[in-house]
Amino acid sequence: MSREMSMVPAAKPRTYYGHPVLKPPVWSPEVGVYLFTGGLAGGSAVLAATARAQGNDVLARRALGTALAGVAMSPALLIKDLGVPRRFHHMLRVVKVTSPMNLGTWILSGVGAALGIAAACDVLGIMPRVRRVAETGAAVLGPVLSTYTAVLLSDTAVPAWHGAQLELPFVFAASSAATAGAAATILTPQSHARPACAVALGGVVAEIAAAEAMKRRLGDAGDPYHGGESGRFGRVATALGALGAGALVLGRRRRPLAVAGAAAVLAASFCERWSIFRAGTASASDPRYTVDLQRGRLTA
Amino acid sequence: MGTSFGRGGATTFQQDLQNADCIVIQGSNMAECHPVGFQWVMEAHERGATVIHVDPRFTRTSAVCDLHVPLRAGSDIAFLGGIINHILTNERYFREYVVEYTNAATIVGEDFRDTEDLDGVFSGFDAEKGAYSPASWAYEGMQVASAAGQREHDGHASGERTGSGGVELEGAEPPQDRSLQHPRCVLQLLRRHYRRYTPEFVEETCGVSRDLFLRVAEALCESSGPERTGAFVYAVGWTQHTVGVQYIRTAAIIQALLGNIGRPGGGIMALRGHASIQGSTDIPTLYNLLPGYVPMPHTEHYGDYHEYVRRNSPRTGFWGHMEEYFVSLMKAYYGGAATAENQWCFDHLPRIDGDHSVYVFTKGMLDGTVKGLLVLGENPSVGSANGRFNRLAIAKLDWLVVRDLVEIETASFWYRSPEIETGELRTEDIATEVFLMPAAAHTEKSGSFTNTQRLLQWHHAAVEPPGDCRSELWFMYHLGRIIREKLRGSTDPRDRAILDLAWDYPVEGTIAEPSADAVLREISGRGPDGEQLGSYTELKKDGSTTCGCWIYCGSYADGVNQTARRTPHDRQSYVAPEWGWAWPANRRILYNRASATPGGEPWSERRRYVWWDAAQGRWTGEDVPDFVATRPPGYTPPEGATAEDALRGTEPFIMQADGKAWIYVPDGLKDGPFPTHYEPAESPFTSTLHPAHPTNPARQVIRHRLNPIANGRHPALSREVFPYVVTSYRLTEHHTAGGMSRFVDYLAELQPAFFCEVSPALAAERGLEHGGWATIVSARAVIEARVLVTERMRPLRVQGRTTHTVGLPYHWGTNGPSAGDSANDLYHLVLDPNVHIQEVKAATCDIRPGRRPRGPALLALLDDYRVRAGIRRAAR
Amino acid sequence: MIAGPPTIVSHLVDTRSHDATGAPRSMGFFTDTSICIGCKACEVACKEWNHVPQDGLDWTGESYDNTGCIGANSWRHVAFIEQARPVRQDDGAHGDLRWLMASDVCKHCAKAGCLDVCPTGALMRTEFGTVVVQSDVCNGCGYCVSACPFGVIDRREEDGRVWKCTLCYDRLRGDMEPACAQACPTKSIQFGPVDELRRIADDRVRTLHRRGVSEARLYGADRDDGVGGFGAFFLLLDDPEVYGLPPTPVVPTRDLGRMWGAAAAAAVSMVAGVVVAALRSRA
Repeated sequence: MSREMSMVPAAKPRTYYGHPVLKPPVWSPEVGVYLFTGGLAGGSAVLAATARAQGNDVLARRALGTALAGVAMSPALLIKDLGVPRRFHHMLRVVKVTSPMNLGTWILSGVGAALGIAAACDVLGIMPRVRRVAETGAAVLGPVLSTYTAVLLSDTAVPAWHGAQLELPFVFAASSAATAGAAATILTPQSHARPACAVALGGVVAEIAAAEAMKRRLGDAGDPYHGGESGRFGRVATALGALGAGALVLGRRRRPLAVAGAAAVLAASFCERWSIFRAGTASASDPRYTVDLQRGRLTA
Repeated sequence: MGTSFGRGGATTFQQDLQNADCIVIQGSNMAECHPVGFQWVMEAHERGATVIHVDPRFTRTSAVCDLHVPLRAGSDIAFLGGIINHILTNERYFREYVVEYTNAATIVGEDFRDTEDLDGVFSGFDAEKGAYSPASWAYEGMQVASAAGQREHDGHASGERTGSGGVELEGAEPPQDRSLQHPRCVLQLLRRHYRRYTPEFVEETCGVSRDLFLRVAEALCESSGPERTGAFVYAVGWTQHTVGVQYIRTAAIIQALLGNIGRPGGGIMALRGHASIQGSTDIPTLYNLLPGYVPMPHTEHYGDYHEYVRRNSPRTGFWGHMEEYFVSLMKAYYGGAATAENQWCFDHLPRIDGDHSVYVFTKGMLDGTVKGLLVLGENPSVGSANGRFNRLAIAKLDWLVVRDLVEIETASFWYRSPEIETGELRTEDIATEVFLMPAAAHTEKSGSFTNTQRLLQWHHAAVEPPGDCRSELWFMYHLGRIIREKLRGSTDPRDRAILDLAWDYPVEGTIAEPSADAVLREISGRGPDGEQLGSYTELKKDGSTTCGCWIYCGSYADGVNQTARRTPHDRQSYVAPEWGWAWPANRRILYNRASATPGGEPWSERRRYVWWDAAQGRWTGEDVPDFVATRPPGYTPPEGATAEDALRGTEPFIMQADGKAWIYVPDGLKDGPFPTHYEPAESPFTSTLHPAHPTNPARQVIRHRLNPIANGRHPALSREVFPYVVTSYRLTEHHTAGGMSRFVDYLAELQPAFFCEVSPALAAERGLEHGGWATIVSARAVIEARVLVTERMRPLRVQGRTTHTVGLPYHWGTNGPSAGDSANDLYHLVLDPNVHIQEVKAATCDIRPGRRPRGPALLALLDDYRVRAGIRRAAR
Repeated sequence: MIAGPPTIVSHLVDTRSHDATGAPRSMGFFTDTSICIGCKACEVACKEWNHVPQDGLDWTGESYDNTGCIGANSWRHVAFIEQARPVRQDDGAHGDLRWLMASDVCKHCAKAGCLDVCPTGALMRTEFGTVVVQSDVCNGCGYCVSACPFGVIDRREEDGRVWKCTLCYDRLRGDMEPACAQACPTKSIQFGPVDELRRIADDRVRTLHRRGVSEARLYGADRDDGVGGFGAFFLLLDDPEVYGLPPTPVVPTRDLGRMWGAAAAAAVSMVAGVVVAALRSRA
C-alpha cells in the first residue's frame, strides 16, 4: 500500500480548476416523476390486497385503479427519458442482478402484468381466483417496486444518494404508502376510505421522519438536500406533509378536509421525491462532495 | 553551421541525443515543437543526463527538464559568450581536440581589429553601406577574396552558399601556434573578444543570476573531454534574430572548444521549422542556390562559365569538385541539349543581380516591379513578419496563384483581411487576379521529405487526391509541359531555356501524376550506362553523369530507393542506418572522424563511434565515416594535391578548406568572424557592451514607409511608448501559419483561440484580466488576444530594472473554425544579413486591457502610438 | 555500442494482445505522467481512430487545457496544472515552478460500476479484461453515467447513446496497440499486459523515489482498492484530486448487498405498516 500513499491532506480542498469529479445524472425530469408514479403503484398494490383481505372491495377496486394508473404512466415516462427510446425493449435482453434498473424493469413489468390481469378480472367480474392470485402477486412485488428505486439511486457514485443508502429505501417505502393512501382517500367514498386515510397518515409521518433521519446522518455530505432546488422542494414537502397529516387527522369525519389533506400528502410526497432527485445533480456537480468526503473532511 | 564546420545542417541526429551527458536546449522549445524527437531527450534524461532549457518562458520543454533558465529574449549571445569566457578563463576546453581539429592555433593577419578595439565593429566596416569587407579578417599571409569581381555575391560567399562550406582560402597554408600563445592566434583573439562577458555582464544583460549562469556553464564543462559529451539543441528561437547566424556561431564555438562536434552525444542538433525545410534548402527554393548548395550564377560574370567554375571551386576540400557537381546537374536539367560545346547550357540559367529574398521581392511587389507570385504551401499573410506589408503587396500584383489544402489568408486577402476591415483595402479596388488551386495532402502523393537531421524518408501515396486536388509535382510538371507546348516552334533564343529542358518524366494513373520515383532517380544520379550512382565521388565533369543534386547522390544507389528503407529499430543499431537515407552518403553524425583521436583511436570506450581499423586499412564504426574511407590518420598531402586529397588524415572537417572547425570565420559571414552581443533592432535596452553600436551594424533593413522601426530616431521615446519585449512562438497543437491546423477540428479544439501570455506582475501593471482580452500594439500593428496570466512568464531584472515580456503564439489568421489576429503583424522587417531571416523573436510593444478598435479607428490608434514614439507619421 | 537498450521506451514489453497459444491476455495502460510532455497526440489519435466528434471550440484559460474533462466526445484528456511551489530536485537545487501534465482516460476498472449497473448488457467485459460499450445495444438510459466514480462515461447528446474509451478493442483484436499508446512520443502511455505494467510501474516509482521525486505515487495499481485496481492505472506526482480524480474511488456495487437488505427491510416495514394501519382503522 505504501506505493499509493496519500499525503497529509492539505487544509484547503484541492480541485482541478473547480471542475466536478463526477458527471451529473443525465436523467430527465420524467425520471423524477416516475419515482412518484412507481411509488404510487407499489403502495397501491399492497393497499388493494390488504383492502381485499378485509373485504373492503370498494377500496380494493379504487386502489387497484390507482395502482394500474401508476404502472401505466411509468413505462411512458421511463421510455421518454431514454437516449434511444425505440430501444426500450433492450432492457429485457438480460436479467442482471447487479443492475437495479434491469431488475426494476422486470419488476415493473411483473407488477404491470399482475395489476392488469387483476383489474381486468375485477372490472369484468370474472375469474376471481385468477384475480386473487394476480392481486397477491402484485402485492408481493409492489413493495419491491416501491423500494428498488432507492437501491437504483444509491447504487451510483453520487455522494448524496450513495451516502443515503440505508435510509433511502425507508423514505421511498413510506412515501409510497403515503401516496397510495392519499390517492385512494381522494377516490374512495368516505365510508370505505378509512384504511386509506390511516395509511396516508402513517405513511407521510414516516416519510418525513425517515427523510429527516437520512439528512441528519449525512451531515455535511447532506448539504445538497438543504440548498438550491432540492432544499426548496424538501422544505415544501415537509410543510405540506405536516399540513396534510394534520388535515387527515382532523378530517376523520369531515370529508373535504380529508380530501384536502390527502391532496397535500400527494403533493408532499411528490416534492420529497423531486427534492431527492435534484439533490443528485447538486451533489455530483460540486467536487467537494466527492473529494472532501473521501479525504474524511466531510462528516458522513 | 556551414561556415563553422562545412555543411549547413544539424551535425547529428535526434536519436543520438540519448547518449549525451548534458543537453542544452536553447532557442528551441523542443518538447513543444518536435515532440517525437524529444523522446530522445527524455531517454537521455532517464540515463542521467542533465537537461537544461534556456528560454524566456517556462514551456512544456522546461516542465520536464532539470533546469529552466529564464533569459531575456535577444540576449543569447551575451549568455553563450559568457560560457565561452568561462571555458577560457578556467581553461576548461578540450585541449587536444581544440589544437588538432579547430583553427584555434591558426594565426590571423595583423590587419584584423576586433569589436573590442573599434567599440562594436570589426575592421573593414563601411558605415555608409552598412557592410563589411572581410579582407582584414584573413589568416596571416592569405588573401581572402575581396569585394567586386572575385566572388559570386557581393564580394564574398553568402551564408546559404556556405550551407555546404567551401570558402576559398587562397595562398599558402596559414601559420599556426600549437601552443596557443601567440597574441594573434584564434584562441587568444577569442579570449580577448569575450573577456568582458563575465557572469556579472550576463546577469546584467540577460537577467540570469550569476549562480544560475555558472550552473549551466559548469554542467557543460563537466560534460566535455574524452569520456563525456554534451549537445546543443536549437531552432528558430535562435535563427529568427538580426544576429541569428551569430547565435548559432556562438554555440558552434562552445562545442568546438569542448570537443563535442562529430562525437556521439555531442554536436549541434539544429531543429528545423517544419517537416521538409532541410529539403527545401537542399533542393532549394532559395533564390541564390542551385541544388546541393551550388551557387546561382551572378550577372557580374555574364557569359563566363569557366570563371564561374573557377571562382566557386576552392583548391582544397570536397568543394574542389564543384564542376563535377555542376555539370551533372545541368545534364539532369537539359539532358542531351547540354554539351561541352555550349558549356552545358550554362547560359540558359537565370542570373541573380542582388538580393532577391522574400522580403525584398515583396517590396518589389509594392514597388510594382514584381507582377506575379506563386505561393505553394505557405501562408505569408500570416507567417511573414509585418503582415500588412505582405498583404498590401499582394494587393498590388497582377496575378497570384495560391496552392493549398484550404483557403488560407493569403488567398482571401482581397475580401477578408485586417486591411479590408480598416478600409485600407477595398475589394472593388483590388485588381489582382487570384487563382486558388487545391493541393493534394501528404497522404495523397508520393515523394520524400528531408527532415531536420538530413534524413530523406520516402512517403507512399495512400489514396488518390480527391477532385481537382493535385500534388506540387503534378502542378510543376504539367505547367512546364503546357508552357513548352505553347512555346513549341519558337525561334526566340530566350525560349531555348525552357524548350531545351529534359522534361520527359513518366506519368501514372488517371490523373497523369508524374512518377516521383523517377524524379528521385534523376536526383540521385545516373552513370554513362544509365546505372544508378552510389556516391557523389562518381560524378564526372565530362557530361557522362547526370545528378539532380550531388549531396543526394546515392539515395537511389543500386537501383533501390534507399529513402524508402524501413528496417525496424529492433533489427539494427540505434544509429539505424537502414532506415531512410541521410545526406551525405547516409552519414548520420557529420564530421565523425572527430570522434577518434588524431591517431585514429576512439577518444574513449564510452564514446566510441568511428575509428581507424589498421588491419583493414579503412575507417569503420557505428556510422558511415565522414572521411575518405581508406585515408589513414597519418596521411600527409603530397605537393600539389587538390580537393579532398589536400586534407590531412587528422582533419575531420572535410568540407572546409583547411579541414578544421572554424572558431574564427575569416570569410563567409556578413557580420563578423566572431559573434558579438548586439541588442535586437527594437529593444527596451541599449547595449552596455558597445554603446556606439547597440544593434548589428550589418543588419539588413527593408526600408519602406510600411516598415517603421521603433528605437530608430528617438529611442528614448520609443522605449517609453513600447516598453515591453514581445516574443512569438509555437504551440504543439498548431502548425506554423495555421493552414494545416486551424481548419482541422481535432486540432482547432485543442487551442481554439489566439491568446497572449503575461506574468502576474505585468497583468497587474497594465490591468489585464486572466481570461479577458488585451490589445497589443507595436510600431507596425494593433492586434487583440485573450489573456492568459501565468507564472511561467517571468519578469527579469536587466540593467538594474524590471523588464516584462509579452508572449504570443503566431498561428492565427482571419479564416477557419479557429480564427484570430496574427501575431506576426506586429514585427518589423529587419533581417539577419546572411540568411535574410526576420527578427520575430524580440521586438517591443505595448499592451493594454480590452479589445482593439475596429475599422479606421484602429489606424488612428496606431498613428497615435507612432506619433508618441517619435516615429515619422506613416502616410495611409 | 554506445546506446544500451532504451530505458523509458517500452520496447521490452510485448504488446501483443494474445499470448503464444492465441489466448487473449488482460491488457491495459500504465500512464506515467512524469514523462508526459502535454503534446495531446493521444487526444487526437484517439479521435481520429474512433471518429469521435469535435467537442467544442471553447478557450478555457485553464493553462493549456481546452478539453476540460473526459466525456462522450473526449476519451483522452490531457490535464495541465501550473504550480508555483518549491520543488526539490535530486541535486538539491530548487526550482520554483512545476507544470504537471497528465493524460487521463477511462480506468477500465476491475470492478466497474458502469458495467454492473448497465440494464441492457450493452456494457461488457471483453476477453482482454477491458470494459466496452456495445453501441448497437445501448439505449441511452444513462445509468452508467451516474455509476462511474471518475465521471468518465457520458451520453452523447446528438446521438443518445453513451460513449467512452474502448481501449481500441478493434485494434487489440488485431494485436495492435491502442491509438493513443502508439502516438505517444515519450511512451508516457504504455500499453501491455496489466501484470507486466504493474511491475514496470513499481520499478518506476522506486527509481523516482531514489532520485528524490518523493511525490511520485501510483494511482489505481492496487488490486485491493475500491474498484479492484484499474486496467488503466497511473503514476501521479501529486494528489489525485489535483488532477480532477477522486482520492479513494469505490465501485458503488460494493454496497449492493447492504442496499438490497435495507430495501427488503423497508419493504417488509411498508407491508407491515399498511396492514397495521388498515387493521386499526377498520370501519
